[in-house]
Amino acid sequence: MTDTLHILSVGKGGWGGALLLAAGVTFALSVLGFLLGALFGAVAAGGRLSTRALPSWVAKGYGTVFRGVPDLLTIYLLYYGGSIALTEIGKFFGSAGFVGLPTFATGVLAIGIISGAYQAEVYRGAYLAVDLGQFEASKALGLSRFQSLRLVIVPQLMRHALPGLGNVWQLVLKDSALISVIGLVELMRQSQIGAGSMREPFVFYIAAATLYFLIAAVTGSVFRYGEARAWRGMVHA
Amino acid sequence: MIDFAFFVEIIPTLLSGLPLTLQLAGLSIGIGFALALLLALAQQGNHRMLVWPIRSFVAVFRGTPLLVQIFLIYYGLGQFRPTLQAVGLWWLFREPYWCAIIALSLNTAAYGSEILRGAIQGVPRGLVEAASAFGMTRLQTLRLVVLPLALRQAIPSYSNEIILMVKGTSLASIVTLMEVTGIAQGLISQTYRAVEVFVAAGAIYLTINFTIISALNALETWLTPYRVRA
Repeated sequence: MTDTLHILSVGKGGWGGALLLAAGVTFALSVLGFLLGALFGAVAAGGRLSTRALPSWVAKGYGTVFRGVPDLLTIYLLYYGGSIALTEIGKFFGSAGFVGLPTFATGVLAIGIISGAYQAEVYRGAYLAVDLGQFEASKALGLSRFQSLRLVIVPQLMRHALPGLGNVWQLVLKDSALISVIGLVELMRQSQIGAGSMREPFVFYIAAATLYFLIAAVTGSVFRYGEARAWRGMVHA
Repeated sequence: MIDFAFFVEIIPTLLSGLPLTLQLAGLSIGIGFALALLLALAQQGNHRMLVWPIRSFVAVFRGTPLLVQIFLIYYGLGQFRPTLQAVGLWWLFREPYWCAIIALSLNTAAYGSEILRGAIQGVPRGLVEAASAFGMTRLQTLRLVVLPLALRQAIPSYSNEIILMVKGTSLASIVTLMEVTGIAQGLISQTYRAVEVFVAAGAIYLTINFTIISALNALETWLTPYRVRA
C-alpha cells in the first residue's frame, strides 16, 4: 500500500506528476480535437442539409465511413499515410530515413475527423428541431441568410445540440486513448511507460482509469450546467 | 492510378482476419447482451444493495476508455498470477483472446444495460397492471408483456451499440490479436501504402456493419408489422 502511494506520489521518484501532466495532454488533445470536429461537423451538417446532390452525398459518405470504420484504422491511415507522404517529400529534398508526422497534431486531426462525423449528425438533428417559424420570422425581419443563422438559428440550435454534443465529447475523451498507439505521450501512453518501468501494470492502469473517469465526470457536469443555462427561461418538458 | 492488382493481393490477407473479428464481436456482443439484460432486470426491483453496485459498474465502464479496460484486464490482472493460478482462473487471464472478450463483454454490458433499462421503463405501466389484473405472475408478465415490447423498442439504440462493438474489436490488435485491423497495420508497415490498405480494410468493416444494420432493421420491421414506416 505504501509502495503504491509512493509510486503515484507527485514528488521525487513518484509518477504522479508525470501522470497528471499526461492527463493534461489528454485533455488538450481532446478539446482541440473536439473543436476541430465541431468545424468538420458543422460543414458536414451543412452538406447533409443541402438540397444539392453533391454536397449531400459527400457529407453522407464522410459520416458513413468514419462512423463505420474502427477509429484505430483511421488513426493508422492518417499517421502512416501522412508520414509516408512526408518521407517521400523528405527524400526529394535529399533526406534519408523515415519522417514521422508530429503525433499531437496528427492526434488532433484524427479526433477532429472522427468526432466531426458524429457531430454532423448532432448538428443536423438540432437544426431540424428549430421551429420553421423562426426561419420565416428572421426572413420577415430582413435578416440575410448568414445573419439569421448567426443571430437566430444557431443560438436555438445549440440548445438541442448540447445533449448530443455531450455524448460526443465523452466519446472523444475515451477515443483520445487510442492516440497512444502512434507514440504520443498522453495519459494512456504514460501509464504504459510507468507500468513497464515499475512492473506494476495494475496500479498504473487503475490510476489512468481514475483520471479518465474524473475528467469525464467533471466535464460532464460542465455540459449539464451549459444545458441548464441554455434552457433557462424556457418551459422544458 | 488505382492499383487493382494490389487490392487483389491484400484483400485475401485482410479477410484472413475476418473470422477472428467476427468471433470477438459475436461472443462479446452475445455475452454482453445476456449480462446487460440481467443488470437491467436487477435494477427494476429498486433494491439498494443491488442497484448501487450495478450503477457503479456501469459508471466505471462507461466513463473509462475501452483500451484502459483491456490493458487492465490483460496486463493489470497478470500481476496477480499466483492468486489467479490458485483459484484456477489463470488459463482465462493468460490468453489475450479471452481478456479481450472479457473486456469487450463487460464494456458492452454496461452500455447495453442502460439501453435496456430505459426500454423496460418505457413499457406503459397500464400494460403491466393489466397483466397482473389478468392474474399473470411477475415472471409471466415479464416474459409475455414487458420483454417483447422493451426489446423491440431497444433495437435501434442497441444496433448502434453493436456497431460500436464491432469497431471496438479492433483494439484487440493492440494486445497481439491479429484480427482485421491488426493485419491492416502490419500490411501498412510492410507496403507503405496506407490509403489502399485503409480502403480495403474499411470496406470489410463497412460491409459487416451494413449487414448488421440491415438485419436489425428487418427484424424491427418484422416485429412491428402494424407500424407502417415512413
